[in-house]
Amino acid sequence: MHRFANPTRFLKIANAVLPFATGGFVILLGLGLYYSLFNSPSDYQQGDTVRIMYIHVPAAYLAVMIYGVIAGSSLSLLIWKHPLAELIARASAPVGLIFTFLCLATGSLWGKPMWGTWWVWDARLTSMLILLFLYAGYIALSNAFDEPGRGNKPAAILALVGVVNLPIIKFSVDWWNTLHQPASIIRMDGPTIASEMLTPLFLMLGAFTCFYLMLLVIRLRSEIAASKLRIAMMAGSGAAGAGSEFERAGG
Amino acid sequence: MSEFFAMGGHAAFIWPCYGLAAIVMILLVVQSLRSMRMNEKLAENLRASRSRRREQRADPPAHSHPAQSGSGQSEMEAEA
Repeated sequence: MHRFANPTRFLKIANAVLPFATGGFVILLGLGLYYSLFNSPSDYQQGDTVRIMYIHVPAAYLAVMIYGVIAGSSLSLLIWKHPLAELIARASAPVGLIFTFLCLATGSLWGKPMWGTWWVWDARLTSMLILLFLYAGYIALSNAFDEPGRGNKPAAILALVGVVNLPIIKFSVDWWNTLHQPASIIRMDGPTIASEMLTPLFLMLGAFTCFYLMLLVIRLRSEIAASKLRIAMMAGSGAAGAGSEFERAGG
Repeated sequence: MSEFFAMGGHAAFIWPCYGLAAIVMILLVVQSLRSMRMNEKLAENLRASRSRRREQRADPPAHSHPAQSGSGQSEMEAEA
């Protein structure tokens, strides 16, 4: 019964968050686009390609942050068997995959004019590519079994093992010689970016965060409905009475 | 205006970047909303058909309920 009680109560909170996330996304995106395309200077070395950063960095941040969410959910799934944890992880994984891809693609679009190459096998780029494969592996593994829910545990273990990659991504620019620029926002001596460029960057970071929250609520609702369907079907194939029992617990 | 679109000669890299971001984000929203609507509709249909079946089951066997109260009555009668 607790399988249902939690998600249903959670849905109420999530639905209350949805208008704020959507509104925040629209407003921050509008402001962020205005600043990143019109009202920010071009870089003295990079010219206007610096504007790619306002998409690239928020995408990279979401890619890593969503992986952290999946790893946290996987941990609570394995330890406490929290019913929401597997749903949050399932709902988040494709979003993280897409943003990892967007990060790599926009990085390439910046690398071609600035480095003269679409791709180099250096530590930052390679560790981000590994993140992409971790996402893909997680999604494939969690859907690899015919019996629904069977893949959750192995996928959770994969997600936790993959956490090793996160500090490698973060510190790759310090540990290895790389073409990728070093950390310029989160560092001990404060940001080294001009404040005119920080404004659009933080607006876009906020917009992307709201976008993820908005998608998370929508995708969680989908996952919760899908899991109700799965449970009803499993119960329906057994005793009919058991099905209605599950349903009463859910309604 | 054309200067703005030229992006200092880097238009070929900057606009695809923003365009790609727009495309994947729109696709994410569309796919997520679609699957939510589909799953919630299926779940609602299932719930509706289940409760209809439960009503049908509850209606015709009217004898099961009175029979219990009847037996209770007979017990009371027996005690009296």
